[in-house]
Parts: sequence; structure tokens; C-alpha cells
Amino acid sequence: MQMNMANAINSALDAILTENPTSVMLGEDIGKDGGVFRVTDGLFDKYGPGRVMDTPLAESGIIGVSIGMAIAGMLPIPEIQFAGFSYLGFDQLVSHAARYRSRTRSTFTVPMIVRMPVSGGVRALEHHSESPEAYYSHPGGLIVVEPSSPYDAKGLLIRASHMHDTVMFLEPTMLYRLFKQEVPESSYEVEIGKANKIREGDDLSIITYGTMVNMVKKVVEKKNLSADIVDLRTINPIDDDAIIKSAKKTGKVLIVHEAPRSFGVGAEISARIAEEAIFELDAPIMRVASPSIPYPFPGYEQYYLPNEEKISKAIDKLLAE
Amino acid sequence: MFCKGIRGKHVLKSESVSWVFGLCIYKFLQIYADDCLLKKVFEGSVDYLQVLDEKGSVDAALFPKGLDDSKIIEMYKFLSFTRAVDAKCISLQRQGRLVTYAPSIGQEATQIGSAMAMRQNDIFVPNFRQHGVFIVRGLPLDKFFLYWRGFEEGNMIPQSVKGLPYIVPVATQLLHATGIAFAQKYENKDSAVVSYVGDGGTSEGDFYEAMNFAGVFKVPLVMIIENNQWAISVPRSRQSATETLAQKAFAAGIKCLQVDGNDVIAVYKAVSDAIADSKNGATLIECVTYRMSMHTTSDDPTKYRKDEEVQAWAKRDPILRVRNYLTGKALWSDAMEASMQDEFKKKIDEAVEKAEAFKPDPKDMFEHLYSFMPKALKDEYDDAVNEKFWQA
Ligand SMILES: Cc1ncc(C[n+]2csc(CCOP(=O)(O)OP(=O)(O)O)c2C)c(N)n1
Ligand SMILES: [Mg+2]
Repeated sequence: MQMNMANAINSALDAILTENPTSVMLGEDIGKDGGVFRVTDGLFDKYGPGRVMDTPLAESGIIGVSIGMAIAGMLPIPEIQFAGFSYLGFDQLVSHAARYRSRTRSTFTVPMIVRMPVSGGVRALEHHSESPEAYYSHPGGLIVVEPSSPYDAKGLLIRASHMHDTVMFLEPTMLYRLFKQEVPESSYEVEIGKANKIREGDDLSIITYGTMVNMVKKVVEKKNLSADIVDLRTINPIDDDAIIKSAKKTGKVLIVHEAPRSFGVGAEISARIAEEAIFELDAPIMRVASPSIPYPFPGYEQYYLPNEEKISKAIDKLLAE
Repeated sequence: MFCKGIRGKHVLKSESVSWVFGLCIYKFLQIYADDCLLKKVFEGSVDYLQVLDEKGSVDAALFPKGLDDSKIIEMYKFLSFTRAVDAKCISLQRQGRLVTYAPSIGQEATQIGSAMAMRQNDIFVPNFRQHGVFIVRGLPLDKFFLYWRGFEEGNMIPQSVKGLPYIVPVATQLLHATGIAFAQKYENKDSAVVSYVGDGGTSEGDFYEAMNFAGVFKVPLVMIIENNQWAISVPRSRQSATETLAQKAFAAGIKCLQVDGNDVIAVYKAVSDAIADSKNGATLIECVTYRMSMHTTSDDPTKYRKDEEVQAWAKRDPILRVRNYLTGKALWSDAMEASMQDEFKKKIDEAVEKAEAFKPDPKDMFEHLYSFMPKALKDEYDDAVNEKFWQA
């Protein structure tokens, strides 16, 4: 069936709620309203207010209570309305969800899926366009997933429901309705921790994820390049093998992400390549990312986000090395 | 389970067992009476205030001293102006000339009443819906439109307004309000702080922390809950099992009151009184009002609430009752209304024009991040400026 990413996530949630009777969803406006992006539409009617719950407006509460449910053996699927408001629950994520398993040597575990819309490009108000993947990857203990297509979104989400870990499921707002794709109506999994090589080529490797994947694809197609495009899909744990293999093959690496450049995921990728494959490179690793400043108001968004031209110029520069 | 003292040092002799036993019982009861009596240690109640009813008649006994008809006319103009601005913003947004917008329609009395109660030196801390407060406090209207057109420059609030900019992460600003109030007290200033939060916002931890600090530090703070019955699609009843939101003040040891938030005079009185008494600590005021319109322009309220509910609240409209009061006293006429609306239109159109003439300079994104320009950031700045990639 043709689905956009919002439909695909809805379909995955439906599958999880049907398959696992201990699974519940909780968040702000996810019930009758169907979520502010309509991602949970229809699930309240189908599963009832006992399993699809509108909560009080409290993110620390939503995440903390979910942790308790998970410890007690349920599978909570909390939704944070926008990633920018997950920071009110940051302590619960970093001090508890990320640590429970290790600090009890797997005696207590927190299997849950924390869903939230991330990233910008949709002219939203302040705090509605955050890219928090580096924060949540940094402490260790949280799995961080960010799909770039409807097919991957559904498969990764269902996979997350079968894991015994906390999975931060980051949904790029801009991609919810950007395009449709053939997505099976039945349940299926996409492996977490494995990148997706979406294009094979020899001249350079472009490593990217989330909102930038489609943009990179477009640029590469327009320029008719022979390039590897690696869509990480999972940020943490990162797919080292896919990155290093591609870097060694092409010898030229461009990393593209929407989040600010400094201390971002690109720095991690770059360091790993430097550690494992530096002598097989024939040009310095390049990064295209947003500037190292907080996400601006929508009036400045166009000056902030990486765009096709910026990616294209970086490719030219890299190929000229 | 025994109260202290029951384990005495008596050495029990067989002939005196029953006597000792009796004494023990007596002692036990006596001690129990002293230490273990079940008694009430706290009792509280919440008052509700209304001065101007739905029909436009006032309760003379409660009518605030010093509020004359000319001030009520001023209130009426501010109420009406706020509504006119909201209507304009919704229409601009529909034309793509604003980004998302959060209207305050139905809540004007809470905003105008509280803002007019503030003294010149009082400071306010809003969330994202206090348009009426900004208007009363004299925010240049083009700044307002600039914010909702999506530019940081809209947040360049002139000193004289004495308010913080709009704040989006719900309830987080309340802690700043407590801190600003602390600073007023610390510096012996004769100014209070008035903060705003929605009914939904009272569920956040920050709301409790702000209130609790305010109680402990005994700061000059008036915390207003703008209870408009909805937090997007979530009704007030799903935010808290308490009967009122005002009673949450008891947990922090601060004063509280519930007010008809659609009665501009009651709100004015409640906030004036709380400010006047702010040297004696903070007050939590729950203004009971209603969000007549959508949460924001991206929201569709028909998905979660019935039109009958909206219609019932329309009868309690905050502007209509002031109009009724004024016409009842022959202080207002249709002609005055028409010329006022004409004046509003001109003022609003001028401000929109000014805001739309604003041209952003991408350099400003970089130059206001720190008090200085770090080398690492300067490189990115130069790169951006040289490449001019945004002009593509
Ligand atoms: C911390 C945080 N969580 C979620 C949101 C998204 N959001 C914006 S307004 C709102 C509802 C607020 O309800 P209420 O506090 O009653 O204020 P109202 O909008 O009714 O004025 C929500 C959930 C936010 N802005 N901040
Ligand atoms: Mg509300």
C-alpha cells in the first residue's frame, strides 16, 4: 500500500498494539486528536483510552512514568510532542532509562520506545525544530533511530518493539508527508544498528541520515555522480562496518546532517574513519551541517539549513581534491 | 506501635502485678492523649471572585476602589483592540503572512485585567498567548507582528514594557519569574512580578518548583493561571484531579484565589490586591476563562470538543459584558464603536506594513550567540557569508 511516513508509523503502532497486549501509548494530544501531526489517528478509537492515553502536560512525567511501566514489564510507547520538549524529560532519559540496565547488571531493564518529531524545514515556531540525536547518543545506553523513508520507519519501529532496550525513535517532521512509498500492510522488521546503502558508486561516499537523505539523493542524481550514499538509519549504535567499508572504497567522504556542525554526529563518524581508514583516504573528510548555533526562528531557517547548493559545492570541492 | 514512655523501669513484683498493670494502662492513655491524638493540622478553602456578571451588572460591595468609568472605557478599548489584533493575525496567517499563531480570543479579560492592575515598575513573565498583556504594556505592535512572522527581532522588547519575551516551552518561564521576584526583594525594589501559565502548564514540574521556591523565599510574585479549559485537545479535567487549580497553592504555602477570568474587573481587583500584598509573599490566582478559538492556527478543535460547549461560553464573553455595562450607563454608543474600530484598523495595518518591510540579515544569527565571536564560530560565519549559499 502507498504510505507516507505518518501513515507508516501509524501502521507500525497499530501492529505493535495488536501484537503486544502490554504495550500502551501515552503522550500529549495523542488520543482523540490523533497527535498534532495526526500520526496516532484512529488508534484511540481502535484501542480505547486505556491503551492510548492523553496525559497531563508533563514530559518528565510522561517519560518517568513510562520507565516505571517498563520496569514492571509493560511496553510503554511514550510520545513527546516535539523533540524540543523532551529536554524537560532529559533527566529521566539520561539518568534512568540510559543507565538502568548497566547499573543493575541487567537485573532491571527499560524496554520502551520514546517517539518524537525532530528537525526542521517546516517553518515552525521556536523549539519545534530540534535535532537532538547527538545528545541522546552521547551518554550510551539509549538506542537512537532516525528513519528517512516510510518503509524504514515502519520496519524500524516494529523492530524496536521487539528489543529489550530503550529506543529513541526520532521522526523527521519534514518527512511525515513529503512522499509516499510502497509499504507492506503486514508486520515486518528493519534491522536496528544497520545502515542502508541507498546508492552504490566509486567516486565518493556520502554519509547522512534523516532529513538530509532525500536532499543528498537529489543532488547526486542531478549531478549524475558515481557515489555511495549511506543512510545511517540508526545513529547509536553506529554501523561502523558500513561507514569504514565505503570510506575505504571511495577514499573521499562527505558527511551531511541537519544538526549543528560542532560536536555532532558528523564528528563521531569523522573520528571513526580517521581511526580506521585514514591512510586509505585521498582527501580530508568534509562535513555539511547547520552552523553551530541553536535552531533559529522560521524567518531565518532558509539561511541556516543545509541546502542542495551547499551540498553540491561541497561535493565539487571534495572531488577536486 | 507503643507511644514513647510505655517501657518503664518498674521491676514487677507478683503481688503488685495488677496494680502495675492498671497504672500502665493509665499511663498509656495519658501519653496517647498527649502525643498521639488524631487532630486536624491543616484546613484550607478557596474563594471565587466575580464583580461584573454576564449581563453587565456590578457587585457594588466588591467593586474596586479607585476604578472609575474612564478606566473601564480604557479597559474596553484594550479588550476590543486585542480581539481585533487576533482577528487580523488569523487572517494574515491564512494568507501565509504569519507563521503559526496562537489566538487569545475569549481570554482578553484575564490579560487586560491583570496587565492594567500592574504598576509601572511591575514586571511580567508571559507564555505564548499573552497578547493583551503586551498590548497594555506598550509593546510596539510591529514587534509583535515580527515575532509571529518568525523573526527573533520581534523579541527585542523595549525596557519600558517591563516584560520578558514570549516563552514557548510550557511552564519553564515560571522559575525565571520567581528569580526575578527574588531580585526585586533582594534589591529592595518596590516592584512585583506577574507570571502567566495555562491550565495545562500547571501539570509541569517547573510550575510546582516555581511556586515552592516562591513560598520559601517569600518573594513578591503573582502567579496567574490562565485556565482556558483546554491544553490543545486535553480538557482541564485530565490535567489534575483537584477541584480547582488555585488550591495547588496550599502545597507551597502561598496565598490563592479563583477568579472569573472573563470578568475584567474581578481580575483587575484580584491582581491589584495581590500586588499590593506582595511584600507578604506570593499569590496564585486561577482565572477561569475559555479558549474560544483554536489552540493555534494549526489546530482543528472540532476534532475534540463540541460546539455547544463553545456556544455556552460565548454567552459569558468578556467583552460583551463590559459593553453592556457601558451602554447601560450611556457611556458607549454604536458610533463610538465604529470610530474605534476604524482607528484600530489603521493602527494595525500600519504595524503590519512596518513588520513586513523588515529584511533579515543572516549575519545576526551568528553575532548574538555569545558576548564575543569565538574563532570556531567566526570560521563558520565567514564561510556562510563568503559562500552566500542562502542567496541561491
Ligand atoms: C514543555 C512543552 N511541552 C509541550 C508543548 C507543546 N504545547 C504548546 S501549547 C500546549 C498546551 C498548553 O496548554 P495550556 O498550558 O493550558 O495553555 P494554553 O495553550 O491553553 O494557553 C502544548 C502541549 C510546549 N510548548 N512545551
Ligand atoms: Mg489551556
